[in-house]
Amino acid sequence: MSVLTTNYLTPTGREEAWRFTPLKRLRGLHDGTAVQSDRESLITKGALPSGVTFIRENLEPLSASDDVIIERVRGSASSVAHLAIAANTELTEPIFLGRSAGGMDTAEFSRVRISLGTHAVATVIVENTTDTVLAEDLEIYLAPGSNLKFVTLQEFESKSVYTARHHAIVDKDAIFKSITVTVGGDVVRILPTVAFKAPGASADLLGVYFATAGQFFEHRNHIDHAVPHAKSNVNYKGALAGQDAHTVWIGDVLIRAAAEGTDTYELNRNLLLSDGARADSVPNLEIETGEIVGAGHASTTGRFDDEQLFYLMSRGIAMADARRLVVRGFFNEIVSEIGNEEIQHRIMDRIDNELEKAGHNV
Amino acid sequence: MSTLEIRNLQVSVNTDDGMVEILKGVDLTIKSGETHAIMGPNGSGKSTLAYSIAGHPKYTITGGTVTLDGADVLEMSVDERAKAGLFLAMQYPVEVPGVSVSNFLRTAATALRGEAPKLRTWVGEVKSAMEALNMDPAFATRNVNEGFSGGEKKRHEIMQLELLKPKMAILDETDSGLDVDALRIVSEGVNRAKNANNLGVILITHYTRILRYIKPDFVHVFANGRIVEQGGPELAEKLEANGYADYVSK
Repeated sequence: MSVLTTNYLTPTGREEAWRFTPLKRLRGLHDGTAVQSDRESLITKGALPSGVTFIRENLEPLSASDDVIIERVRGSASSVAHLAIAANTELTEPIFLGRSAGGMDTAEFSRVRISLGTHAVATVIVENTTDTVLAEDLEIYLAPGSNLKFVTLQEFESKSVYTARHHAIVDKDAIFKSITVTVGGDVVRILPTVAFKAPGASADLLGVYFATAGQFFEHRNHIDHAVPHAKSNVNYKGALAGQDAHTVWIGDVLIRAAAEGTDTYELNRNLLLSDGARADSVPNLEIETGEIVGAGHASTTGRFDDEQLFYLMSRGIAMADARRLVVRGFFNEIVSEIGNEEIQHRIMDRIDNELEKAGHNV
Repeated sequence: MSTLEIRNLQVSVNTDDGMVEILKGVDLTIKSGETHAIMGPNGSGKSTLAYSIAGHPKYTITGGTVTLDGADVLEMSVDERAKAGLFLAMQYPVEVPGVSVSNFLRTAATALRGEAPKLRTWVGEVKSAMEALNMDPAFATRNVNEGFSGGEKKRHEIMQLELLKPKMAILDETDSGLDVDALRIVSEGVNRAKNANNLGVILITHYTRILRYIKPDFVHVFANGRIVEQGGPELAEKLEANGYADYVSK
């Protein structure tokens, strides 16, 4: 164990990137006061199929990051947990990674790499549970023609602080799809970002989050269209219930001058289920070329639709059940994309429970 | 044998210009097995009557009573009214994203019957209800009313009427937007429900066309928030010939 050095810039909260985040609740991840643990909690569940390896090794970062916590992680993590899927490996079953070891007294600084060789096809599901303080620098590389579905489940207990960058570099004709689910923790701040490396690549970034009283969940998407003919789609849906439940969604899309033929759309919808909750939603589209197929964004934040509730109740369905149906329906569009019944049920049940805990005030 | 009694019902809605009175004292008694057509020009308050009985929060009851077999309907929550045996087939059924028709129907049936219907018999029930209305089986997997055509929405309403077996049904312009084939199929569904459950029906319509398929026992003419004339089926024929001009000017 060592106390981190402090030769990094410490955010004050006035920076654009940090203006929503409750820095005081980050348990020192951002200012160097966190005590680094020697935990290496990420493990695989079950045997790995042929063509897949999971080892710890020394790797240089694939991408630059201006996130101060990521810089600290890179300065202090001793190795990278590397899941590698060899070229031409087509997996029919998902690979499960997970973290269930944690601790609140010390902070884990973790570097992770997921790499797919050319024409590899895989689903990787990362299950984050327990109470922990965790800062994570996760980089993904999709070689030409590969296809990855990347599911991260933030099912932390109520005290956890988790800050992460999930950065995918998508090479020629590769297909990246991420599904980010955040339903647990005290502070969760994730940067699901994408950089296209060559034409023909596509990225689908989907997410759901449900914050109850006091929880802070932030998702900052950034998609860098630096090459022609790449396609991106963002769809994040959130619900909030309870006093001081706070969510932030930022959708930054940059279409550079070279990125002709870009097609991008981003959508964020929030359902405010009670008073005292706050959803920030900020789409940013920066376009440096007019030669594109399409670029759009939409953001909505609303309450329960009275007409939907009336319709369901007019068929005998009680108010609480009608609300549950509407919330489940709201999330179903994204959760069903996970493609694993057991996990989908678990997430929906967790959402039901959170809704029930939020109680009759909703 | 059930009786729905509406006495001197007065209803207002809150608008930008303050509370506006829509229903100005409506009296109507419907017994099991009876079909009452309520006809009238647009804006006369027909839909307000329907939604007020079903308990839509937009409407404020300012006077009068509604009882079903003596029980005070106006005191009941929306779902309690359905459990008491009331059903509203809506003119504009609401989309519920992410909720499949089959999940919705089963949840409603469970609520109304007090227990989840046995899966095996339930699947058969839904299948035959859909077949009777010429609906594609894939319909059950679609989200409630999402992307439905006008005709599909109305069939879906009548399918619920047949499956949920209420005592009293209010059909709010179920005929609007239907071509002749769809109108016939939907009307047959209403008639089946009438025969199967001795259903009482309030049939709200602007046009006489649907009355060729669903025979009313009584016809009430609605204008300016109240019933201005009532009679038997012959009254509908008179309206067919003369329109509502006589009533609107009053």
